[in-house]
Amino acid sequence: MIRFEHISKIYQVGDDEIRAADDVSFNISKGEFVAIVGQSGSGKSTCMNIIGCLDVPTLGSYYLNGTDVSTMNDNKLAEIRNKTLGFIFQQYNLIPKLTVAENVEMPLLYGGYSNQERRAAALESLRRVGLEHKANSFPPQLSGGQQQRVSIARALVSNPSVILADEPTGALDSRTGREVLEFLQELNSEGNTIVLITHDNSIARKAHRIIRLFDGKIIYDGPADSDQAVVNPDIPHGEHIKKEENNI
Amino acid sequence: MSFLQCFLLAIKGISTSKMRAFLTMLGIIIGVASVIVITGLGNGMQNYMTDMFEGMGTRTLNINLTGRGSNRTISVDRMYEIAEENKEVISYISPKVTVQGQVRCLNENMRTSVTGVGEDYLLINSWEILSGRFIQYFDIAERKKVCVVGSYYASNDVFGTSPVGQTLKINGEAYTIVGIIEEIADSTQNSTDDMVLIPYSNAVKFSRNATISSYVASASSDESVTQARVAIENELYKVFLNDDLYSVISMTEILDTMNEMMDIVVGILAGIAGISLLVGGIGIMNIMLVSVTERTREIGIRKALGAKQRDIKSQFIIEAGTTSALGGVIGIAFGMLVASMIGPVFDITALPKIDSILLAFSISVGVGVLFGFLPANKAAKLNPIDALRNE
Repeated sequence: MIRFEHISKIYQVGDDEIRAADDVSFNISKGEFVAIVGQSGSGKSTCMNIIGCLDVPTLGSYYLNGTDVSTMNDNKLAEIRNKTLGFIFQQYNLIPKLTVAENVEMPLLYGGYSNQERRAAALESLRRVGLEHKANSFPPQLSGGQQQRVSIARALVSNPSVILADEPTGALDSRTGREVLEFLQELNSEGNTIVLITHDNSIARKAHRIIRLFDGKIIYDGPADSDQAVVNPDIPHGEHIKKEENNI
Repeated sequence: MSFLQCFLLAIKGISTSKMRAFLTMLGIIIGVASVIVITGLGNGMQNYMTDMFEGMGTRTLNINLTGRGSNRTISVDRMYEIAEENKEVISYISPKVTVQGQVRCLNENMRTSVTGVGEDYLLINSWEILSGRFIQYFDIAERKKVCVVGSYYASNDVFGTSPVGQTLKINGEAYTIVGIIEEIADSTQNSTDDMVLIPYSNAVKFSRNATISSYVASASSDESVTQARVAIENELYKVFLNDDLYSVISMTEILDTMNEMMDIVVGILAGIAGISLLVGGIGIMNIMLVSVTERTREIGIRKALGAKQRDIKSQFIIEAGTTSALGGVIGIAFGMLVASMIGPVFDITALPKIDSILLAFSISVGVGVLFGFLPANKAAKLNPIDALRNE
């Protein structure tokens, strides 16, 4: 489903070359729940942007559903994003002037669906996250957790092949954060492919597989429950886990 | 995304910040309003002039002969022949001889001017006879002492309501009134209704040199006025061999010339007023640029969710166009209000033509679209990653 082949993203800053992603290769199959973990500067955001078709790699190829999207232009990428990807952002990224239902409808608006189809799909999607009754409210009237659920509803509405969640709990308190993660697990158990991007090991462990990045390179790719998965190269092993468990 | 959806989105955007939208539109409102006022006044002025000239007969040609010397004159018969030779373009012709003389009715001196005319003078002016008859060919041929009077004579207390059959004196000669012409103006003294018409053959006798130097003719249709003028001019040239010695003036052509001049003046003024539309457009561009910066995040979200460049571009262009079109509508309404208030000051009905209203509206839409283009392009070109990162 998602195939990274020797992907590199190189930024030119003055005379220096910065390799935000350095020869990254991995496969994600349908139905997987993968967490891409790393500290800031590890290259996880770069990988997320490429997976999300918001950016294209400098070198290497990215196959999404068997098509090479690494050489596509802006408008083609927009179409791919619209049809195959669902985004969940840390800051929810809802448009405050539009109602909840209008926000949820938006991917379908750009997908060329009719008014009735959009409305029906949006309400169905809101029903899945349990916020059907808030359809005509405006995002600022909702709590953070509710707003994140609206954004999940928006990600689900176009029935995407991949749901891409970028620090989905980053702006939430731990309880609502847990709820959101449980919801993602539930979606996964229904067969959705989910890619979670986070810096937080304890959140990453809710996934089934962890891809750990450090300095633009993959340093771990394997099951989430392995001890190796949460080893941070900078911090001694045990201390790191303890610290994050205290946080939760 | 369809046009309708973009349009609804734009209306929504405008209605959420009404004050700002109004200030954005203000330049367009003022620009459109001033164009509407100017074209409205211009149109009112033209209508006023047209009415005035139509009262004088739009098909009428006034012929004046200033030629001197016996071998450089043209006889009445020749003039009638010219009309007959060009009867497809000239319907009627009549001499018009102004009589220097005094009209006396029952020992009362009148200030009425007396004119000697031919039998077709009534038709040339498209007047109707109220009672009695008009001057006829045999009156002219036999120099009958008859006259036709304007409706002033039926309304003043000299003859009472039925002057037909009564007598008045012109320079001491008694003339019998044979007909009254219907009311043309308002039947008061010194108006067009205050007139006495006599056969031109009699009128010539009153004038010193016994030549007829003016004629009126009517063209067969509004379209043939120019042809009729040229036909008469050609014949006159053959006689006078100098086009300074005669003139043939058509009211329609004068009106056309005046309207053309008026159009130019109104056009220039409206053009100057239109510059404020340009300023209004720049105002819209300015606000739209600010709006794009403010809504960077929204643009980022939309792009991330699959909006293509042209979706974003049309959203902003339609928003700019809608803002400016709304300004145009308000400006048109405001301009018509102002024009209808200024009109009475100049004694005219100042109302712009429907096509200048449509033009003003489409220019205001065009200005919005044109000046919305740059901000819209800027929005469409935003990188979604950068736009999403924007706080």
